[in-house]
Amino acid sequence: MSEFNQSSVNRAKRHLVIMAVLGLGVVPLMYFIGLMPIETVNMLGRYLCFAIVAVGLDLIWGYTGILSMCQALFFTVGAYGMGMYMAHQYPSADNPLIPQSLYVVYPYDIGQGKGEEILPWFWWPFKYFPLAVFFSILVPCLMAALVGLGGFFSRVRGVYFAILTQAITVAAFLFFSNNDMFLCGTNGLSQFRTFLGFDLGDDKLKLIMYLMTALSLLGVVGLCQFVVHSRFGRILVAVRDAEPALRFQGYKPHHFKMIAFAFAGAIAGLGGMLYTPQMQIITPSNMAPIESILIVVWVAVGGRGTLTGAVIGALFVNLIYSWLTSPISIGSVRIWSPDFWPILLGLLFIAVVLVIPTGVVNMKMPAIGRKKEVEA
Amino acid sequence: MSVAPPAFDAINYPMECPDVNSLWAKKYILALQNITAVFDGFKALDLHAFAIEHNELRVIIGPNGAGKTTFCDIVSGKTRPTTGQVYFDGQDITSLSEMAIALKGVGRKFQTPTVYDSLTTFENMELALPGNQNPWRNLIHKHSVDDREKIFHQLERVRLADDAHTPAKYLSHGQRQWLAISSLILAGPKLLLVDEPAAGLTDAETVLTAELLLELRGDHTVVVIEHDMDFVRQLEARVTVFNEGQILAEGSLDTVRENEEVKEAYLGR
Repeated sequence: MSEFNQSSVNRAKRHLVIMAVLGLGVVPLMYFIGLMPIETVNMLGRYLCFAIVAVGLDLIWGYTGILSMCQALFFTVGAYGMGMYMAHQYPSADNPLIPQSLYVVYPYDIGQGKGEEILPWFWWPFKYFPLAVFFSILVPCLMAALVGLGGFFSRVRGVYFAILTQAITVAAFLFFSNNDMFLCGTNGLSQFRTFLGFDLGDDKLKLIMYLMTALSLLGVVGLCQFVVHSRFGRILVAVRDAEPALRFQGYKPHHFKMIAFAFAGAIAGLGGMLYTPQMQIITPSNMAPIESILIVVWVAVGGRGTLTGAVIGALFVNLIYSWLTSPISIGSVRIWSPDFWPILLGLLFIAVVLVIPTGVVNMKMPAIGRKKEVEA
Repeated sequence: MSVAPPAFDAINYPMECPDVNSLWAKKYILALQNITAVFDGFKALDLHAFAIEHNELRVIIGPNGAGKTTFCDIVSGKTRPTTGQVYFDGQDITSLSEMAIALKGVGRKFQTPTVYDSLTTFENMELALPGNQNPWRNLIHKHSVDDREKIFHQLERVRLADDAHTPAKYLSHGQRQWLAISSLILAGPKLLLVDEPAAGLTDAETVLTAELLLELRGDHTVVVIEHDMDFVRQLEARVTVFNEGQILAEGSLDTVRENEEVKEAYLGR
């Protein structure tokens, strides 16, 4: 690390500390002194899962310039991994081998009757918590590596890569929605009872999951900060700026891109894995194309290529979402209907692009006692 | 049983059978044989034989569309030739990728200087350091004090040391040219393909650029593609004139300028 990017390293560390204080200090404190209901903590926990995916997208989009429209797919695959583990905790009364979630929508073969259900092979590893955690991260990571292998090695770039990932997402969405795939179809995984010995309604579980998520987010942000401040990170930026030029210097940009993309896939899987126990339902609609676009919006609103911006964007957009998707009335006059939300989101996105194109995180701060910083 | 190296003829290079172990490869670092590049039926390049000697400084001039940049593209692997072979340092590199050719020691500066805009001047130079192309090693790699000195030495040479920590997008056109050339020099390839190093530079800047290239003479092979005749004169090198994809003339600048065909090609028919 050279002396001149020391300032940006210091700033990154400062951001990490602020996040840690807010996430692991302020929020739990507010909960313990009764200022914040457990439902809010749980909601924040879910939004932190989104922030994790957003950080991964920022690494590949903000720094490397790869616009990915399939981060929600990797997120949902991770979520399904943990969902399958949780589904195993609630076996069907009729056939204890089969989770209840799968039992209710079991796609029977011709001649197959009740009680003759067979647990598909890919459900087996998810009986065991460590394996479930392992595969929830590994599978999205490998999927991403595969997409990268197909896309980057054949030099699919820019908007074409975005379209490719979008198409993959749609295909996966149809795949997961199909009942014959033993993934519970459009119902998704929802019949859960316990998680790691806790009852799902337990406030303690919600707090623990929140803290786990906050810790994971800090870990992910820290790891990504390390990557972007390494020479590897500067090569990612070089890929964004002038990919062909790198080749003539002997670098293989597709290798760098694939590694970054697979890493972002693993991050998305981690986010999804933490999401299921907090949301307690996961369906194919979580990987609908719109979901991936939303992740792009979060990062764009927060500020690309900053990592911190991705966290701020994910939390900011989702918090106003949760606020504005409940009806607001003054007296008996309803001044806000949840139906207005998509319009507002659209306006917000336009406003950000027009007013602060570099994102919320780069908004001009009061310049008192502050050295003028070069725009990122 | 020593085979005498084939005689060097101004235009008709003896290119019958360049094989890897021959003395031939020892004399020339780069050789093109029967190279054609056809784009949509248009023959952009048609070189029966063309070669560059070890540690030579060679200038390629020619009117627009003469195939100068196509020549660079083919040598550096950006474009595949339609027919023919490219030999570099005794090896056939015709079918290698850009990355492999770069690692073998062919460096290139593009016509419009390509630098990484968001990275600082120093970081641009850092990426040019040779031997750091492995992805995993880059995660933990830090440049050595020695590397740092080398970078700053080169940056001082082109008066960019004060802008070492300025993102490259804020550099002027001339500074970008110098940064691109400096990156190339720092990478230290065996063969440098320098496409229009003086384009858009002031006269004073051109003089420094010529000095930089002349400094490389002796231990690097340099191929310069240029339009600017004053600049070419400063290089005092052997000049090859391309026209319509073929070699029109070769020799010292004054010789080729006297050539009737060259005059015609430059002044129009």
